[in-house]
Amino acid sequence: MTEWWSYSLRDLLMFSPHTYYRLFELYNIELWPLQLIALALGGSVFLLWRHRSDMAARAIAAILALCWLWVAWAYHWQRYATISLAADYYALAFALEALLLLWLGVLRGRLTFAPAGSVRQRFGLLLFLLALLCFPLIGPLQGRSWLQAEIFGVAPDPTALATLGILLFSGVRPVWWLFPIPAIWCLVSGATLWALDAPDFMITPLLALLTIDLMIVNGSLKHRTSTH
Amino acid sequence: MIAAAPLLLPMMGLSRQSRPAARPILSSGEPLPLVGLGSWITFNVGNDQAARDASAEVMRNFFQAGGRLIDSSPMYGSSQEVIGYGLKKLGRPADLFAADKVWISDGDEGRAQMEASRRHWGIPRFDLMQVHNLLSWQAHLPTLFAMKAGGQLRYVGITTSHGRRHGEMEQIMKAEALDFIQLSYNLYDREAEQRLLPLALERGIAVIVNRPFQQGALLPRLARHPLPPWAAEIDCSSWAQFALKFIISHPAVTCAIPATTRIAHVVENMAAAAGRLPDKAMRARMAAFVDNL
Repeated sequence: MTEWWSYSLRDLLMFSPHTYYRLFELYNIELWPLQLIALALGGSVFLLWRHRSDMAARAIAAILALCWLWVAWAYHWQRYATISLAADYYALAFALEALLLLWLGVLRGRLTFAPAGSVRQRFGLLLFLLALLCFPLIGPLQGRSWLQAEIFGVAPDPTALATLGILLFSGVRPVWWLFPIPAIWCLVSGATLWALDAPDFMITPLLALLTIDLMIVNGSLKHRTSTH
Repeated sequence: MIAAAPLLLPMMGLSRQSRPAARPILSSGEPLPLVGLGSWITFNVGNDQAARDASAEVMRNFFQAGGRLIDSSPMYGSSQEVIGYGLKKLGRPADLFAADKVWISDGDEGRAQMEASRRHWGIPRFDLMQVHNLLSWQAHLPTLFAMKAGGQLRYVGITTSHGRRHGEMEQIMKAEALDFIQLSYNLYDREAEQRLLPLALERGIAVIVNRPFQQGALLPRLARHPLPPWAAEIDCSSWAQFALKFIISHPAVTCAIPATTRIAHVVENMAAAAGRLPDKAMRARMAAFVDNL
């Protein structure tokens, strides 16, 4: 199609809100009880963070990589692609993030974890817990079925937000290569929800923008400069 | 104020009240019911079995009400597969009018895409193939005309939507032997009345109208106001019928293609083509009324 710029986001939306949320419902039904394992993995990330060893950091990166790869394949590739022409590209982006986590986090050990001392780290921890524990409640709080809950490690939004949180509360040197894909996904997801007239469309983009703001404005750039 | 437009009598054995009126495809004279069925968004339900069955029920009621033309595109996600599912489940009606589009930049890939679309529908051939949003129309139109000459499809068309690229569409209409154009036209978006609809009549090109309800935005705007009492003069019982009758009563319009997921809406839409239609004076009154809301 030509003249993409002359179309609004709503013009390009190719599915209804009902179809979009049913996708999560059917996905959750098919996966059950894997969601419990995903939540347990999320809980183990929190425990590993408290351990603060090199091996724990590598394990966290491995868990995140597994989650991103799962969402790429099971959600984007297998399911979202049945209603969205863009989902194949989303799957590739999520798989790329998984590879980056494996390379930088697991193999090279670039993720390091310190106590949540700074504002950035405290916000990161809060964001991670929000994605893990509160995000699944957003749908039901709006009157949608529990079956449509979006869960860390299973659905893309809480996975992206939790990853941003972990990257924020990781320690001395931020791993910049790991930020763009989850941040961009949060913006894409917010735009989709806006086009769907979802009242919660601001949540993921706002949290992603706060993350970027904290990384750039709150001394991270200065810190990076001073450590090189 | 009732139109004496070139409407054909409804199909034999069916009452005028219960069957949609038809208008001839200008290039062939073949009658086509004035209301068809679009599939943008509504039929893109993926692998949701319940939603696929619901879509099939929409199709069943569409066919039962005398509908023939269903329109889709490779751009509409799973819509083609869902239509194919419905046709397989219901049994393909003998008078189905299958309209689809080619939507790919590379002209050499057009045939393969159309073949994939045909397999999704599960039909021997398409009745109408259109170049979607004029994408690579220079490359696709020769292919479509060759396919028509070879009996692989019956009609050739081009489409646009949202009122875009009307100037280019006009040039193609003047230069090419098109059977159909498809464009957006409704109570609020009436630009097509100025040049494209008169040109279609002049050139003998049938017109399919998409976005008759502005993709759902039009009816909530109208619903804030009561239906005028004089709407009963053209057998309107709802704003949806008011909006549809306005479109299909334009003498250049062959078929409007509202999309819906609800059986009640299908029945209501088809009924819009079954009753009396407004004439030119009534159409002007309808447009003025809506403009003043």
